[in-house]
Order: sequence, then C-alpha cells, then structure tokens
Amino acid sequence: MSESEYSVILVQSTSHALRGEKVLERAGVACKLIPVPRMLASDCGACLRVARADREAAGEALRAARVAIEGLHDI
Amino acid sequence: MTYLDNAATSWPKPEVVVDAMSHFLREVGANPGRAAHRRANESGRIVYEAREAIATLFNAPDPMRVLFSANVTQALNLAIKGLLEPGDHVVTSAIEHNAVMRPLRALEEQGVRLTVVRCSAQGCLNPVDLRAAIRDDTRLIVLNYASNVVGTLQPVAEVGRIAQRHGVPLLVDAAQAAGALPIDMQAEGIDLLAFTGHKGLYGPMGTGGLVVAPDFDLDRLRPLLQGGTGSRSEQEVQPTFAPDKYESGTLNVVGLAGLLAGVRWVQAQGVDALHGREVALTQRLIEGLLRTEGCEVYGPLDAEVQTATVSFNLRGLDCGEVGLRLDQEYGIMCRVGLHCSPAAHRTIGTFPNGTVRFGMGAMNTLEDVERALEAVQALAGESS
Repeated sequence: MSESEYSVILVQSTSHALRGEKVLERAGVACKLIPVPRMLASDCGACLRVARADREAAGEALRAARVAIEGLHDI
Repeated sequence: MTYLDNAATSWPKPEVVVDAMSHFLREVGANPGRAAHRRANESGRIVYEAREAIATLFNAPDPMRVLFSANVTQALNLAIKGLLEPGDHVVTSAIEHNAVMRPLRALEEQGVRLTVVRCSAQGCLNPVDLRAAIRDDTRLIVLNYASNVVGTLQPVAEVGRIAQRHGVPLLVDAAQAAGALPIDMQAEGIDLLAFTGHKGLYGPMGTGGLVVAPDFDLDRLRPLLQGGTGSRSEQEVQPTFAPDKYESGTLNVVGLAGLLAGVRWVQAQGVDALHGREVALTQRLIEGLLRTEGCEVYGPLDAEVQTATVSFNLRGLDCGEVGLRLDQEYGIMCRVGLHCSPAAHRTIGTFPNGTVRFGMGAMNTLEDVERALEAVQALAGESS
C-alpha cells in the first residue's frame, strides 16, 4: 500500500489541464492545478492533482471528455 | 451622435466587456500557460472559458480546436496558407473581402490555382455554379457567411453539403455573421470557421480565431508561426497538438477576457433575439432609402436574407462627400468607399467608386435609423 496521498495527471499542455479542471469539476472530482513536478517531466506547464482515492474516477472522466492523459503518477 | 459603422467594429461595447477587461488588468494580469501559480491559472481559465464559449456558440464540439488569433484576417491566413500548396486548386466567390482575396492572390503567384465563382448583382452565390467549379485537385472552398458590403447571406449549408460530397474542406469567413446570426458548424458542414471578436461578438479589437471541426485532420494544417507555447518546453520543435501548435507567443488575454464577456452577453441576449431586432431596423432602413429620391440601394433589399449592413449611393454625389457630410453636419458615422472588398464592389457594379455603408448593431435603435434617413433625405433633396 502506497503512502502517497495524491495522484498527478499529466496532460499535453496547460490548455488541456484547464480543460481537465473544468471536466473534473463537472464530474464532481476535486482537483488542483499544480506545476508539473520536475521528477515527472521537464515541462514548464501545469498538470492536475487529485486525491489518490479519486484517481480512477478522474481518469475515467477525462477519457470520456477526450482529454488525452500523458501520465498518471502517485506522488 | 449616431454610430452606424458596426460592420467595421461594434460600438459601444456592453459594460460587462469593459468591466471584464478592467478586472483582468487590475486583478489577474498574469501570463496563461507559462506558470501554474494562482494568477497564471486564473488567466488560463479565462482563455479556456473563452474557447468553450466560442465552441458552444458555433456548435463546435471540441473547445481545444478553437485557435485564437489577433483577428479574422490572421485566422483566414492560417487556414488558407496552412492548407494550400503550389499546384492545389481553390474555389472562392466573387463577393469576398480582401482578407480572403489577398492571401489567395498571393498564393496564386506561388502556383496555387484559383477559381472565383461569380455571384448575382445582389451578391449571392449560386451553389450550382460553385459545384461546377470543383475539380479533382480542389483542396479548399472559401466563402463568406455574409458580405461586408451589402450584407448578403450565402447559402452556406448548401455549399457545406456540396463540399462534403466532394471531400473538399469548407472554410467560412464569419467576420460579419458571428453573433449576428445563428451559426451551426455541424449542421452547416463547416470544417473551418474564421471569426473576429470585435464585431457581432462585442469583444475588443485584437481578438479572433479559427474554429476547426473535430474530424478535420490537423496534420494537414501547418501553423504560420512557431514559438513558445508553455508546453513541451524541452523540445525545440513545435508541439503537434491543438491549440498549442497554432498559438505561439503570449495570447491577448485582456482581449479574450473582453471577448468572453462579449460572447456571454450575446448569449444572454440570445442570437435570435438580437437578429430579430436587427431585421426590424434593417427593413426600416431599406424601405426609407428606397423611398428617397435619387437613392440607389444595393444588395438583396430584404432584411430576412441579409445582415444589418446596407450599401447605397445618392445620385450626383460622391460617396466620400456623403460620408463626410453625414459625419460633419449630422453626426452620423459610417464607412464609405470600397470597404476592402474590390471584388464585392465589382459584383454589385459599384467599382471603383464605392458606396456609403450603414452597418447597424445591437446598440442601435429605431430612432438612430430615422435620424440617418432624415439626413440622407436632406442630402438627396439638395442634390436633386
């Protein structure tokens, strides 16, 4: 059992993260826009952080809205 | 003062537009998509909301395919120059603005082949003529939704069906129509819709964009610019996904904040309701001009099949002089001349002298129209 509390969802760009934020809001999944953690990618944009318990629900909602997920990591 | 130059840019803007821009500059201000701090995110949310509002307005399913630009001219250049290559054939109409004609003529010099389909003297394209112009090597059809000179609406849905049947993408210049009429990209078969923010959407100048249909292959559309996008920063090559592929450099977010407020304002009023009001004003204007001795009115002369833009001339008077006197003596602001549309003026028979153009908008009233008609009648009476 991992001790991490959050999962981070990487998407193509900040534009997509902002779309993702709206999609998750509509799906009732709490999320926060955070800078992409350096250990996950060298990008300078934003990604979505959700509670680890919401990881699957978030992934599902994003896929349903055709927001391409580039990575899903527990942190 | 009576402002009748809404076909050039709408004015005044709704207060909510001014407030949204002021709020952005005072309270937000950050660069969207370049960082993830609270103000950057707030700025990014405004841009995203604007994408969604535009997509909803035109019934485009994917807000990520709303590609922002500085105006409709840039959006048209992106579509035209991003798609066509030497040897390709493109079809357009004889009622287009120079925002379409000049990029096409420039490409013609580089080996793109162009067919300009004639229109009626009222400025209307016959879809049969358009269909006859399509060839095996036709790669694009470009058509305005409504004329900026005479307001004539084109049979876009019918052209959309023809384009789909022949597998040719349809690019529509919606500069004069966006916000003024209901536009449904899916129902009308529009693959690429170029719009401007500062006319019927009641946003500020410096906003516009290209909306791309979900099934259109973006690999075919080359960006006009490369540069920073805030994404894929480890790479020195341009991202391949929308909207980043087409939005290098910092966007005009203060403008987009105004555009978002403008689109929401239009939607709150209702496009149909705004259109209905403009039809009433247009019908009254056309009737009054037709009753004016020595006044020649151009276009369909039917408010139901045109926008609230009406062109006319007074016998014996230069349109420039009419415009000057309307402004100086009657406080009526309009636009005279060729309206950046030599092709359209050739089509309606007013090249090279041009016309006087009254462009009405959501803020105009019947009193404005009556005041304008009185002034035109007075000028006509002097010259007859």
